[in-house]
Amino acid sequence: MTNPQYIGGIRGFFARLGGIDRRWIFLAMGLSIAIPILLKLRFPEYPGPMAKATFAAVESVPEGSTVLLSFDYDPASAAELQPMANALVHHCASRNLKIVFMALWPLGKQQADRTIETVLKPLHPGYSEGTDYVQLGFQAGNEGVIKVMATNLSKQFPNDANGKPLGDIPLLKNAKDLGEFKLVASISAGYPGAKEWVQYGNGAMPDAFEVVSGSTGVQVGQLLPYYPKQMEGLLVAVKGAAEYEMLVEGKYPAANPELLGQGRVRMGPQLVAHLLMIALIVLGNIAMIAGRPRGGAR
Amino acid sequence: MMQRTIPIAILCLSGAIMVAAYFISSAQSWGETVTTWFNILAAVAFVLGAGNLIAMNLEKISSQRAGWGYAAITLVSFAFMLVVGLFKIGAVPNDKHPDIHFAGSYDSAASPFGWMYDFVMSPLTATMFALLAFYVASAAFRAFRAKNTESILLLGTAFIVLLAQTAAGMFLTGWIPEESAFAFLRLDKIKAGIIEHVQTAGMRAIMIGIALGIAAMSLRLILGIDRSYLSKN
Repeated sequence: MTNPQYIGGIRGFFARLGGIDRRWIFLAMGLSIAIPILLKLRFPEYPGPMAKATFAAVESVPEGSTVLLSFDYDPASAAELQPMANALVHHCASRNLKIVFMALWPLGKQQADRTIETVLKPLHPGYSEGTDYVQLGFQAGNEGVIKVMATNLSKQFPNDANGKPLGDIPLLKNAKDLGEFKLVASISAGYPGAKEWVQYGNGAMPDAFEVVSGSTGVQVGQLLPYYPKQMEGLLVAVKGAAEYEMLVEGKYPAANPELLGQGRVRMGPQLVAHLLMIALIVLGNIAMIAGRPRGGAR
Repeated sequence: MMQRTIPIAILCLSGAIMVAAYFISSAQSWGETVTTWFNILAAVAFVLGAGNLIAMNLEKISSQRAGWGYAAITLVSFAFMLVVGLFKIGAVPNDKHPDIHFAGSYDSAASPFGWMYDFVMSPLTATMFALLAFYVASAAFRAFRAKNTESILLLGTAFIVLLAQTAAGMFLTGWIPEESAFAFLRLDKIKAGIIEHVQTAGMRAIMIGIALGIAAMSLRLILGIDRSYLSKN
């Protein structure tokens, strides 16, 4: 590599660009995220096959059936996963499905609580705890929790999160195992999560219920082999949330559209940040080429 | 002798029961019991983890190693959350049992635990995750170089996925009709092709390899051939 200081003209400019202080890159990334947020930039989204499949899976559940929503994430991934959790809860409640909340992650219970308080109660005030929804809370044991639930629900969850025995809860007093649910949805940020629900839940009772998942972008590679046969729907990152929001809001408009627009709001900064990344990659490569000695070896 | 024989016996028995429970329906309840043991052990692991966290950080503070101040903050935060959570300090009254102390939920938004969760822990963990964007941008500029065929393929894939994952993909190629012969040029179609035919195939191969490895390792453990999990003493 030639010293960029000794290269003149435009080539020299680009060669010197390779040594730019990384704080300029941090500033550019900060601005590319902050400006779209402040300007509330929104772009049209077109639902893809995975979002459509997830929507169809929830639509196919008979009205009045019970579904299980497992919040397998914590606040670190909430920016990516909370929008799809909001849309999923609104979708289920709009179809009068009974919802059972639980968590395989210690902080998932708090995320579920937050969703109940900010989405379920304001948008569906008729939903009452115990008859229309239940919060089971968190249980330690990772996939072991799913395995016990597959054969004996009350053995794994003798009480709900408030300490009320399952036998005293109208919605779950007759529930024996996972077969009680027509759909299991895991909002998943990693292990334990959607993969374990397919392997140990769906694997134990393949015909009892459908599995759908909302996943972070980084772990979706691990889930793709299960879609669409063992996992009927898969929402991938903020884009999946935005697409799913469009489908849900199209059929079940919410009283407060802001609650169900978080995925689409986040797509604005994502678009600009992705374009910046592409520009940085191109510039980095130009700098590399400009810094090479002319006609010499690499 | 006992320190090695008993753990090996427990492992062999538990493993054999789990295998039997999968194939023999009458052994299913045994499998449930063993899984419940596992879940209890997993809960106990939280206590072990907490003990380890305290020991490591206390050692760091006492030896005044670099960053010992952070260790002190970790311990104070840990102790605070443990105390307010465990003793339900500041728990709001329960509507159904207003006369019973600590009957309310310890993690409601109005309690110190809920307050710390909502206004300290959530923003801090979200911030840590968000910092990734800055490091990825810096890495994209410095390390994502087209130096050989493999890296060019990786770059091409990255461009397609980065564009197709936003509205830019539809803006650039969305005008190509989905039914036309050129629909394969749409970025969303190319991305779907990469995911379905390249990424999924590669991931399946990795997962099958991992599953075979786990099966082999499990058999070695159940049969007592691999004893590396035991203490060397």
